[in-house]
Amino acid sequence: MQQQHSLPDTRQDTPAAPGDSIPVVPLRHPLRLASAVVLILVALSAAWDVAVNQRYHWDVVVSYLFAPQIIAGAGLTILLTVVSMSVGIALGTVLAVMRLSANPIVSTISRGYIWFFRGTPLLVQLIFWYNIAALYPVIAFGLPLGGPSLVLGSANVLITPLGAALLGLSLNEAAYMAEIIRGGIGSVDKGQYDAARGLGMNGSQLMRRVILPQAMRVVLPPTGNQVISMLKGTALVSVLAISDLLYSAQIIYSNNYQTIPLLIVASLWYLLMTTILSFFQTKLERRYGRGFDAAPRRSLLSKTPSKTRSKTRTI
Amino acid sequence: MNTAMVEAQGVRKSFGSTEILKGIDLRVERGSVTCLIGPSGSGKTTFLRCINHLEKVDAGRLYVDEQLVGYAERNGRLYEMKERQTARSRLTAGMVFQRFNLFPHMTVLENIVEAPVHVLGRPRNDVTAEAQALLARVGLGNRGHSYPQELSGGQQQRIAIARALAMKPKLMLFDEPTSALDPELVGEVLDVMKSLAEAGMTMVVVTHELGFARQVSDQVVFMDQGVVVENGAPADVLGNPQHERTQAFLSKVL
Repeated sequence: MQQQHSLPDTRQDTPAAPGDSIPVVPLRHPLRLASAVVLILVALSAAWDVAVNQRYHWDVVVSYLFAPQIIAGAGLTILLTVVSMSVGIALGTVLAVMRLSANPIVSTISRGYIWFFRGTPLLVQLIFWYNIAALYPVIAFGLPLGGPSLVLGSANVLITPLGAALLGLSLNEAAYMAEIIRGGIGSVDKGQYDAARGLGMNGSQLMRRVILPQAMRVVLPPTGNQVISMLKGTALVSVLAISDLLYSAQIIYSNNYQTIPLLIVASLWYLLMTTILSFFQTKLERRYGRGFDAAPRRSLLSKTPSKTRSKTRTI
Repeated sequence: MNTAMVEAQGVRKSFGSTEILKGIDLRVERGSVTCLIGPSGSGKTTFLRCINHLEKVDAGRLYVDEQLVGYAERNGRLYEMKERQTARSRLTAGMVFQRFNLFPHMTVLENIVEAPVHVLGRPRNDVTAEAQALLARVGLGNRGHSYPQELSGGQQQRIAIARALAMKPKLMLFDEPTSALDPELVGEVLDVMKSLAEAGMTMVVVTHELGFARQVSDQVVFMDQGVVVENGAPADVLGNPQHERTQAFLSKVL
């Protein structure tokens, strides 16, 4: 709204140079106003209906919003997201570098990994890891072709439901992150490699100081998407009977039959968490966008100084 | 024995099956300015990139400051250098590119201090003071905290020159430094290069600015189709070309 006010002001001020004072009538937008009013009315009536409709059982929603099981479930959802995302990003970076390797075997292995883990449903992968004991009853590290090995134990004991969930989510995420990071590295101008090498940088300095910081700008928005869909995707692990946020809500409503209110409780928590994540994403994007925006320094400051500046300029 | 800053002996370079350099022989004396001219595709830029080992020499020998570029010679064999050795050997020469190639995510000052601090490991305070002096020298003393994209092409190229100079190179390589600039910005970059030449810096410049070549250089090299067709003093090569191909090129450019 403020912008709409300030825009006509500047336009009227600009031609008011000495000896040239023709008044300018700004273009009106009556349809914009009308559509805004209609949309506000529709939104208000929808919100009013949701608020007064008894069948939503808002009292139940409020009473379960901070229930210990729900809070614990939300905590587990955060844990699953943080761990799977961290492993996914780390493994994804390795896969991206492998994929860009000059060694054809190395890049083909990376390509095959991505092909497999992106090409099968996450739900199938989760159930597969959960049942891994059927294929490999004993887990051991050892040399191939019957060399000595270190037996770690029975797969049924080692691969807990939580372990299966973390494995499934991380390995799946790595495939997506690998492609995102590869795209980011590829987006950096080839001249940057010349410039960095010309200044005597070696391969790792070149990557750390020049290429990856610039790739971040391209990598961040899709990674933000990935984190948010991972947060919600963790709800899939409820099939492994892990008491994440959704499963905790399901347990409660299977006892009290308040299905809708408890799904609302879970949704409110998911919304809160994704909102916080979006906020940090914006901050990070601004941090790594420096030097690429039209006015990078000014955008970091509050908006007030730039407004006063534009006013004094027109006067 | 070998006092030249750059000495090329039969340097050859191919990309795939296309031979770009077909045996280049050239000497660049210390403290001199050499301009490489010629039609596009003649191999000027490739040769310049070989000097800094941004391209690998396939055959022949290329010495920079008496060091063989890219190889170590032991027991009658040439051993390809490891990456770290190559990186170190690049410190002899500073390079300026057609498209500036400043680091867009760093301020002007950060661009200049980056390599002295992180490659040479020098203290940041010393380097920053030197960087300020270099910025003043290229006429941009007040732009240290700008980001490259806030500056004009001419300003960016002057900063690229300052960034290369901050590494205290013995030799400066310029790859068509004014070709990406609007015409009115060419002069400011050439002025900086002239003052650098007057200060005694050894320079190899790939350029289409024949006025600059005539005025500043000690040696003009005309290249065509991967060979040096003609080289000598600017008055001879530009004023009285002996070779037919040089004459044809100059008549088109002038």
